[in-house]
Amino acid sequence: MAPRRPRQGETIDGFTLGTPMRESGMASVFEATHPDHQIPLVIKFPHLEGTDAAHIVSFEMEQMILPRLTGPHVPRFVGAAGFEAPQPYLAMERITGPNLESCLRHLPLATEEVTAVGAKVALALAALHRQRVSHLDVKPANILFRETPDGLRGDAVLIDYGLAHHGRLPDLIAEEFRLPYGSAPYMSPGQAMGRRDDPRSDLFSLGVVLYQLATGQLPFGEPLHLAAVRRRLWRDPHPPRRLRPEVPPWLQEIILRCLEVEPSRRHPNAAQLAFELRNPEAVRLTPRAAKARRDGWLTVLERRVNLDRTPGPRRLAAPTAHSAPIIAVALDMREGSPALSEAILASLRNVLLSLPGARVACLNVLLDGFITGDTPHDDQGRSARVQRLAELRHWAAPLGLEEGRITFHVLEGSSAADALLEYAEANGVDHVVMGARANSMLRTVLGSVSGEVAGRAPCSVTVVRARETGA
Amino acid sequence: MIAILSDIHANREALSACLDHADRAGATRFVFLGDYVGYGADPAWCLRTVMDRIAHGAVAILGNHDQAIFAGTQGMTGRAAAAIAWTRDQLSPDAAAFLKTLPMEHAEGDTLYVHADASAPGDWRYVTNAEEARRSFEGNPARVTICGHVHVPRLFGLTAADKCTAFAPTHDSPIPLSRARRWLAVMGAVGQPRDGDPAACYALLDEETAEMRWMRVPYDVETAATKIRRAGLPESLATRLFSGT
Repeated sequence: MAPRRPRQGETIDGFTLGTPMRESGMASVFEATHPDHQIPLVIKFPHLEGTDAAHIVSFEMEQMILPRLTGPHVPRFVGAAGFEAPQPYLAMERITGPNLESCLRHLPLATEEVTAVGAKVALALAALHRQRVSHLDVKPANILFRETPDGLRGDAVLIDYGLAHHGRLPDLIAEEFRLPYGSAPYMSPGQAMGRRDDPRSDLFSLGVVLYQLATGQLPFGEPLHLAAVRRRLWRDPHPPRRLRPEVPPWLQEIILRCLEVEPSRRHPNAAQLAFELRNPEAVRLTPRAAKARRDGWLTVLERRVNLDRTPGPRRLAAPTAHSAPIIAVALDMREGSPALSEAILASLRNVLLSLPGARVACLNVLLDGFITGDTPHDDQGRSARVQRLAELRHWAAPLGLEEGRITFHVLEGSSAADALLEYAEANGVDHVVMGARANSMLRTVLGSVSGEVAGRAPCSVTVVRARETGA
Repeated sequence: MIAILSDIHANREALSACLDHADRAGATRFVFLGDYVGYGADPAWCLRTVMDRIAHGAVAILGNHDQAIFAGTQGMTGRAAAAIAWTRDQLSPDAAAFLKTLPMEHAEGDTLYVHADASAPGDWRYVTNAEEARRSFEGNPARVTICGHVHVPRLFGLTAADKCTAFAPTHDSPIPLSRARRWLAVMGAVGQPRDGDPAACYALLDEETAEMRWMRVPYDVETAATKIRRAGLPESLATRLFSGT
């Protein structure tokens, strides 16, 4: 006997069902309340009738993955009942902020808006990928935003893990379905070939979203069947600037890099993509940025023929999690000794040797108190900033890093540790390298910045100290 | 929480490291999946330890090496048979008699514990791939089957659509054994791992969450290997412990 579908007003396991939110072929979703949980909730019921195993397996998958995810970029898991229960369900935090789909009415968006949204989603993906999960269904309907206390768009939250892949759990979707599963306009070429274990698939899908936000069009249209989805393996989209010349070359560079067919030609990971979206000056322009039209028919034909000859994207190895980190080096050129500067440089050089995909952000903090006196704040601030940038560049010159791999930033704040920590958090920094304050008198008075950063950072921190000689 | 230990193979160092680990992890019950003896140099100590745990409520079943002690070594490789011959002289009459009392399988609710392929436990067949797992699924009604014998951790699933799937678990990662399908969990070996990782392997089953966690426990391989050499057992039984092959 097919079970009855739950209805508004019913109470199941203590969850009282409120307004129905979505009714798809796979599940019914309701707003809900529970006396033990004071946050807004949603509860999802898989449809049990019918013979299609897809939605049952998707539900099982989401039920396995969601409780294992943490952080602001996923809805908090609240409770679940499996198929052994009379009524299986999955209950989670309801994200009250806006859905990205609601933006689609006002396309195209301004460049600043595109990059702000894109960077937030890329950071959410980075957080997800660090937890070994690829979402594999990134599209506007699955992207929500938390609301900040002042009503602004806060952290991006990715919902719906029914098609996701967890690197340490059996992949029920891959086992059950030989056909690729996902949303046709946003699906990566790898997914279209049945590959589910490469997190860079999500970068492709985000590239489609960025393209859509920036141009108002979908790069590959809305194909209705798989053969049409696979066209994106050889047929490149119109460059965004052709559709909308206002798109700056660096944004076209970012978007077309996301849409590369070969995952290894995309950004090495989501954090680096977020970094570029937030730091346009850090984008290294390639012929992608200047591309004015789609590739000619001969190139496309060649790609298609070559594709038939090779076993497909499966031959590519997915990158390891830590092969392309963002490394922030914090420098205090005023107080640090030359020996310390050299030691930091040596330490950074060692890290870079083993990680050719790493990106370096050189940071210096301009403390609020530094700018004093009667001169207009702006003038003095600007010249101090320019001077510090020059000093950072000079320090890093011996590393010989090409443009795009290293950037320079002067942060401002009343506390060096706070400014560095905020930067590390907001930019998905994987590793902070900084010097220890050598002068013990100052350390006693001011406290240890490196100690505070090491204690509170969301990532690894290397504290470098120049070995004292003599003494 | 149930600790499941298989293929101890007279490796005292590995067994005591795993038991310590499981005790610290909060295991309240113990199930031993057989092959307490053979290959290693401490059969008497290992059997005494298992018997002691049984006195405190643990469950133990029979493995093919245990059976060979009293039923003969036909079908065994040369070095396995050599180790059994040596082991017989090490065991007290009590210990040898204890082996004879062990059952071939143990069922608890919808879970079956067995040493090898559950469709014919006495045939001692390996379960190494989806095809062999299917034979096991078809030959016994348990929803969850837990076995050893292969010395390589694996998790096989049988879906509602009758598809048999294989998964290589990563250590210390809880994997939910969802009720929507049947499962066959193959333990790694405590005393002679063969999946390239020399650390001892056992598993923890959380009955409340129905999650299985394969654990890897580093142990004093050096000592275990030295004892094998001193006992005059085949050299390869000592060297393979270092590489876990």
